[in-house]
Amino acid sequence: MSKLVQGYEVVIGFETHAQLSTQSKIFSRAPTAFGAEPNTQACAVDMALPGTLPVMNVGAVERAIEFGLAVNAHVAERSIFARKNYFYPDLPKGYQISQFEIPVVQGGEVSFFLEIGKETAHKTVRLVRAHLEEDAGKSLHEDFIGQSGIDLNRAGTPLLEIVTEPDMRSSDEAVAYAKELHKIVTWIGICDGNMQEGSFRCDANVSVRKPGAALGTRREIKNLNSFKFMQQAIDYEVRWQIDQLEDGHAIEQATVLFDPDTGETRAMRTKEDAADYRYFPDPDLPPLVIGRDWVERVKTEMAELPRVMAERFVTQYGLPDYDATLLTQSKAAAAYFEATSQACGQPKLASNWIMGEVSRRLNTGDVTFDNLPVSAAQLGALISRITDNTISNSAARQVFDRLWNNPDQRVHDFNERGGFDYALTIVDKIIVDDGLKQMNDSSALEAIVDEVLAANPKNVQEFKAGNAKALNGLVGQIMKASKGKANPAQVNEMLNQKLG
Amino acid sequence: MTDLHTLSVKALAESLRSRQVSAVEVATRFLARTGGNPNNAFLDIDSEVTLAQARASDAKLADGTAGPLEGVPVAHKDVFVTRDFATTAGSKILNGYRSPFDATVVQRLRSAGMVSLGKLNCDEFAMGSSNENSAYGAVTNPWDTTRVPGGSSGGSAAAVAAGLTPAATGTDTGGSIRQPAAFCGITGIKPTYGRASRYGMIAYASSLDQAGPMARSAEDCALLLSAMCGPDLDRDSTSLDVPAENFSAKLDNSLAGVRVGIPKEFFGDGLASDVRSAIDTALTQLQDLGAKLVPISLPRTELSIPVYYIIAPAEASSNLSRFDGVKFGHRTQDYTDLGDMYKKTRAEGFGEEVKRRIMTGAYVLSHGYYDAYYLQAQKIRRMIADDFQRAFAECDVIAGPVAPTVAWTLGNNANDPLADYLADIFTLPASLAGLPGMSLPVGFGTGHMPVGMQLIGNYLQEAQLLNVAHQYQMNTDFHLQHPAGV
Amino acid sequence: MSLTDQDISRIANLARLELQPDEQQRMLSKINDFFSIVEQISAVDTTGVVPMAHPVDAMANTGGIHLRLRPDVASEPNQRDANQRSAPAVERGLFLVPKVIE
Repeated sequence: MSKLVQGYEVVIGFETHAQLSTQSKIFSRAPTAFGAEPNTQACAVDMALPGTLPVMNVGAVERAIEFGLAVNAHVAERSIFARKNYFYPDLPKGYQISQFEIPVVQGGEVSFFLEIGKETAHKTVRLVRAHLEEDAGKSLHEDFIGQSGIDLNRAGTPLLEIVTEPDMRSSDEAVAYAKELHKIVTWIGICDGNMQEGSFRCDANVSVRKPGAALGTRREIKNLNSFKFMQQAIDYEVRWQIDQLEDGHAIEQATVLFDPDTGETRAMRTKEDAADYRYFPDPDLPPLVIGRDWVERVKTEMAELPRVMAERFVTQYGLPDYDATLLTQSKAAAAYFEATSQACGQPKLASNWIMGEVSRRLNTGDVTFDNLPVSAAQLGALISRITDNTISNSAARQVFDRLWNNPDQRVHDFNERGGFDYALTIVDKIIVDDGLKQMNDSSALEAIVDEVLAANPKNVQEFKAGNAKALNGLVGQIMKASKGKANPAQVNEMLNQKLG
Repeated sequence: MTDLHTLSVKALAESLRSRQVSAVEVATRFLARTGGNPNNAFLDIDSEVTLAQARASDAKLADGTAGPLEGVPVAHKDVFVTRDFATTAGSKILNGYRSPFDATVVQRLRSAGMVSLGKLNCDEFAMGSSNENSAYGAVTNPWDTTRVPGGSSGGSAAAVAAGLTPAATGTDTGGSIRQPAAFCGITGIKPTYGRASRYGMIAYASSLDQAGPMARSAEDCALLLSAMCGPDLDRDSTSLDVPAENFSAKLDNSLAGVRVGIPKEFFGDGLASDVRSAIDTALTQLQDLGAKLVPISLPRTELSIPVYYIIAPAEASSNLSRFDGVKFGHRTQDYTDLGDMYKKTRAEGFGEEVKRRIMTGAYVLSHGYYDAYYLQAQKIRRMIADDFQRAFAECDVIAGPVAPTVAWTLGNNANDPLADYLADIFTLPASLAGLPGMSLPVGFGTGHMPVGMQLIGNYLQEAQLLNVAHQYQMNTDFHLQHPAGV
Repeated sequence: MSLTDQDISRIANLARLELQPDEQQRMLSKINDFFSIVEQISAVDTTGVVPMAHPVDAMANTGGIHLRLRPDVASEPNQRDANQRSAPAVERGLFLVPKVIE
């Protein structure tokens, strides 16, 4: 399904650095909290003072295992820490402790749905690996004349670097992948996902080629810290590369930065010896050994994964894949759905309402699934009033509006039947107060029907002449006249009798 | 007590415990001897600090909370970082550096009661076999000041031999405790890799560096080693999780039936005849004590030179990258930009031998050479370790020379670093395998220069090495002899 | 094989060492002296030998070959002043370096 741009196929691979949400650094006992005074959270080990040595944080390993399980990867029984040697002021030891030949997480995949116009397609991106490493410090270039200030607070923060195969074929796919990955790491709680603070940083390797040709030379766009910029940067880069090629220029491998102000990418000044990192196993750190029992324990303690939960929604509630995937975009949404469908016993209707009325309102305004004005019990009660023919769908929408706009009536404890019963009383009260109850008394309806027929002889003629459409017009008139209270099924029945 | 400075650690500890002498008296006496810095052995001395520690020790001796070595002086090789003394690792790049913490080994000896006299000269970053690579001048050998004391723990060996301290700490990466101990006629032991914490030991080659004590006798070394060793699980990931031992309690076993392996490769043409005859005599003395000599083979002994001089510089090139003029230590005065600052700072801060090893190390790790050099060296390192295990199936300890010759004269190898490398041949194998090894004085060679015998044991068999050495020293007096004027 | 002057320049740059011309010449000859004894290792048949990255590898009797893991507890107090005591250039708690250009 790879769509071409000016006859070129776009090829994108990702390297994502996810900061792991540990209390302490990966190799030291210094805190990892963001935003402290410069160098107050860099201990002797983080500053690489002479004589200091690294000691591994179990919390970082545990999170790597959780990630491996979340993406169906192999968690290595034995992985090796290696030194990546290069000089940079924010790299205190002159080398970064990372993993090279044998990473802790091997393989795996990330699947997601992706909307192209009206179509929704299913996409799977293969992971090459995810490895543990330490973050570097920060260089501040402002307000030091001709100099930079180095803050090592971030140095030693645990990172999981997640590397994909070059499986993405458009910026849409790339962004959808990044969002899915972001969902996974935040869902399982190994990363806070804060992109502004740099907790989730994406590098995109972008190249273009004629279909069927060998992979083109890639340029790496560094530190994309918002999904919006990600899309802009990749689109710009793709256009740039195609223009270069069309103008007969070859693409040279480079690392580029995206400038949100100009919307352009520009090549970074590359360290001339960047190519030669002289990796070798870190003699300060014996091999990391992870027993199967540990992996099993983590598995049992892990929250149900979105992927697994979606599958359950399909089997347990009979939802279509698409519904199940959308409802598992966040833990809160999934919980709201389950509570609602349990309250009304109508999973598909609950899903429709949540993906319809509820999300429509979420897109506008700052309400989220965590602070919805309409509780699951209320929505459940509402749906049960539709299914028992008390109100029509259109009436239900009016009730929903009232509930949404009067959040004081929330039922908090919607898991209790008591909560549900209370929700029912609220819903019923609104139905009565606004006179939305469906009109099931046939004599009253008949009166309205006769009125409408009398007032619309033209439609009647057309219908009798065999134009079925004309009936819809009449039904609409009748519903309108009944202020939406008439039962459409009953109306149809009655019309067929009278005109049949 | 007139001859305090010739007393053993054991004797000093006893006279301090029995209050015949106070820690302040002892410290004062030794501080006096360091005046004028004989043999250029010390790099930093601060009598205030030393006397304060001595007073604290006297208080403990008084109130009965004294540690086993309370009040006994010690001096530390300058690769151990210390809060109260400057730490330079013998390098200009760390001139005047003050560590915010003490090395674990320093801490442990202090909590055992030892009073620190200061910091000892050494080859820059422990890279050398003659102590001529110190940025702060060479150390001379107390037995003949025209000769080298050995290296890299040359200051430690010279200080003990000259009676400037009853004991010292040293570090051994390829022989840096054993060889200077041999050259200066004292006793020193490098324990099994991982026995002593490396935290606070400025790293040269992380997979080889090991701390150990240097003193006159095996008995004294046992006292210090017992205090130095033990797990440091929170600070050093390579520290072995094996309980500290009281080595002093294990010195009295007879040598009857002990199988002493004699590797034929240690007795080839390269071995000087004066050294050889001293060793041969010592081996017969061991036989007289009941030991059984067993011929063994360590076939890759010669290969240990290239293997070591690939692995150690590789690790060093990376370990020394942190010395970049950003966070601590020397920074060049004039530079045009960041890259220039790095290059000038490091060019000015490091000595020639250190630069050479950084270059060699960076080269063997660089793109296209890793497999041929570093990886191949690691494979041979495994074969060397396996050779030892085969040998230990036939013997309990291995004995041989520490070095092919006695201490050479200063400047002898100045323009021939390779000659220094080759002289490490007998100490490198045990280092590569991570085995414990020690050196004890067993006689004198040309120019009445001391000869040291090396004992190598299997992993964690330090007690056995110390026992063999102690039994030998109970029947000989080489460890009690002093250079003229001491 | 032996190294060339270009090798020395390349490695000196990798290692961030400024070498004066005479120094560079001496470096080249000394390192080549050393490599004359290194070449013998290529003759050794190491087929099937597992590289020994670390001596603890060989210590079956200690079992100390696994990476020890420390509990995830932040217990290091702020010691910025002590840690920066020997820093060449510090301003407002930041280490100062010549401008870093990206």
